[in-house]
Amino acid sequence: MTIAEGAPATSVADVRLSTFERLPWRRIILVLLAIVIVAVTTIGIYKTLTSPEAANYSGEFWAQLTVDGLSYGAILSMVALGYSMVYGILRMINFAHGEVFMAGGFASFFFANAYAKSGFLNSNTVVAVLIVMTVSVLVSVGVALLLERVCYRPLRNAPRLVPLITAIGASLFIQNSFRGFFGPQSYGYPRPSSLNGQVPILGVHVNKIDIAVLVVAVVCMLVLQMFVSRTKTGRSMRAVAEDREIASLMGIDVDRTIAITFAVGGVLAGIAGVLFGMTFQQIQFTSGFTLGIAAFTAAVLGGIGSIGGATLGGFLIGVLRAVGPVLILTGFGIPSVHSLNEAFVFLVLVLVLVFRPGGLLGTGEAEKV
Amino acid sequence: MTTSRWVTFTVGVLALALVSAGCSNDSSTGGASGGGAVDCASVQFGCVEVAADAPINLGTLLATSGDNADLGTDSLNGVKLAIDHLDGTFDQTDGQVLGHDVKLTNEDDLCSADGGQAGGQALAADDSIVAVIGTSCSSAALGVADTILSQKGVLLFSPSNTNPALTAEGTHQPFYARTAHNDRIQGAIVAEFAAGDMVGAKTAATIADESPYTQGLTAAFEANWENAGGTVTDSEQINSEDTDFKPVLQTIAATNPDVLYFPVFVSACSLIIKQAKDIMPDTTKIVSDGCLSSDTLKNTGDSVDGVYASSPDLSAFQSNTAYADEFIPAYKDAFGTAPLSVFHAHAYDAANVIFQAIQQVAIDNGDGTLSIPRQALRDAVFATSGYDGLTGTITCTPLGDCATDVTIGVFKAPGWPVEGGSGNQKAVFTDTKSLEDVL
Repeated sequence: MTIAEGAPATSVADVRLSTFERLPWRRIILVLLAIVIVAVTTIGIYKTLTSPEAANYSGEFWAQLTVDGLSYGAILSMVALGYSMVYGILRMINFAHGEVFMAGGFASFFFANAYAKSGFLNSNTVVAVLIVMTVSVLVSVGVALLLERVCYRPLRNAPRLVPLITAIGASLFIQNSFRGFFGPQSYGYPRPSSLNGQVPILGVHVNKIDIAVLVVAVVCMLVLQMFVSRTKTGRSMRAVAEDREIASLMGIDVDRTIAITFAVGGVLAGIAGVLFGMTFQQIQFTSGFTLGIAAFTAAVLGGIGSIGGATLGGFLIGVLRAVGPVLILTGFGIPSVHSLNEAFVFLVLVLVLVFRPGGLLGTGEAEKV
Repeated sequence: MTTSRWVTFTVGVLALALVSAGCSNDSSTGGASGGGAVDCASVQFGCVEVAADAPINLGTLLATSGDNADLGTDSLNGVKLAIDHLDGTFDQTDGQVLGHDVKLTNEDDLCSADGGQAGGQALAADDSIVAVIGTSCSSAALGVADTILSQKGVLLFSPSNTNPALTAEGTHQPFYARTAHNDRIQGAIVAEFAAGDMVGAKTAATIADESPYTQGLTAAFEANWENAGGTVTDSEQINSEDTDFKPVLQTIAATNPDVLYFPVFVSACSLIIKQAKDIMPDTTKIVSDGCLSSDTLKNTGDSVDGVYASSPDLSAFQSNTAYADEFIPAYKDAFGTAPLSVFHAHAYDAANVIFQAIQQVAIDNGDGTLSIPRQALRDAVFATSGYDGLTGTITCTPLGDCATDVTIGVFKAPGWPVEGGSGNQKAVFTDTKSLEDVL
């Protein structure tokens, strides 16, 4: 009782403090931050476009940069989808997915190289590319299924940190196996001669290979979308992602569904491996690791676990790293802005996560990963 | 006081006289009996003691793995041939220095500051190392291996570092020297070539990466280019680990340069060659010796055709009969391939200059053991003057540049003078400059 009576004496200060505390500080800081970001971006763009360098930057230049970014982003998206789908269904990050991509690209290199030497790649481009892609897809799917069976299935009920570490171990193992078999040097991946050079589209000179990459990637994503939303297997994938136990009670074979998810990720990664090889004409045992990190970033940016998010994230990162530094940073007189591509992308990622912890199309909640 | 000063002076003069007597004695016998004036216990950095029948331990710190493996392996091959030739012939039987075999202790510089740090420390920790041949890449030496080894008093003698800062006043480390050219010369000659009749360019753009080698070259190129009245439309910097260089190339293409100079290393260089072929097919592309390797030719296929590469002019050596008639056949016999890169002859010369210096300063203790004073060895290498090497006449400056008159050639792909090159492998342009001639 005495305590209750004594309470009003201190409550004045308490009330004052709590009004202060009750101010929506988080929201105020976010709004201030948003204002700063918009201001800096606007000033940067304005200064860039009015700077002396801008005389060189025509509309065609910006369009070309955007197409470059979209094409790189398409490859990122296809790899990011693999990260995102596995996360959606298992709540784990398959860090070895970059290696799935590299394995396919590397295996298909040997076929592509042989076809280029024999002339088959240029005389029957479509058939040759289809064969090369099939090889890449088969190897990628094989590696993805092996990973799932050997590294993840036995650990399905282990704490989440355990399969994460296993994934890193598997990634290093696959990388170094390829280094051991084929050496540390990079191999020159051939490109069909019909995809060399540029072609004018609406007055903009665009690299032919970029167009090819975009077309293939968009078709793949549409097919994936139909597969997930229209087929029975797709529906069971969504069900397992929703709730694994209930799905299993409803008669869905969970192990099989999870394996199929890895396989679908492998198919996309395999196709991306060939697109990557033909765009950059180079493949190396580290190719998967560096691209994998960028793709993982894309998945997180878009909202990991969401298919639309991974697609959006990939394209966004591609375009941001191509266009962003030139458009915003040049105006502030920063020299050689392109060396800041990666830094710029990660800055954007951090800012997006401040506002939307779950990613752009995510649930809006922070996920501990 | 006056008396004691007088005594000091007399002793000093006597000591000088003794040293010079030792020197003249040395040259008259041409052997290891000289240097008696050196007391290993008191001299700074001490001596390397070589036991009877033990080999002389020579360190190497070269890029022998990864993307730049051609560069370092090629130099290592040059060092091996120098050891082979110690007995006067290339017969794949190693010769000896002062009755001792030469053993190589190889570390990898990984073509990076990290590799230079790790490898430099490993070699500095080994007291039996007489001198080190390396590094392959300027990034591994500058502020890393050159400093670590200089603190220990171990000579670091590079066959292929070309960054100007390594031998510039203020940044030069006392135990660092090189037989490779200084990039102030290479940058100037590339600028001269680009402005000359063959290319006739007025505007140029450059790409460097984070390494001192590329930044030194593009800076030297730009200074000489603008001095000659040319315009630099854009100078960009990239991350050498990157894959997608299309945005940076689009930015450069927007400034419409006649020439694109990108003296970066093999991996980024190959990617840029391939991506620039689509984006700016009409721009003249020039690279330098960091990219001039058989791996680049393999990686790029026919995209590389027409790309110019500057490097020390081997065709200048090829009129040198010892190089063309003895060295190159011996290289092919020993390693089963034509040279992989361009610095094998520089490495060969560096090893020989070190062997000659060892012969001058080593103290023969009479029982088959040798004492090699580190400071004297360094001084003997820096005193090299008029040495007739495969790469020309070698005369070291006090700042460690031992290639003072440098002939740089420009080669047009696919006619690069390395394994995998085809057609006319002669330089399409060549010029000789000395350090005093350039900015």
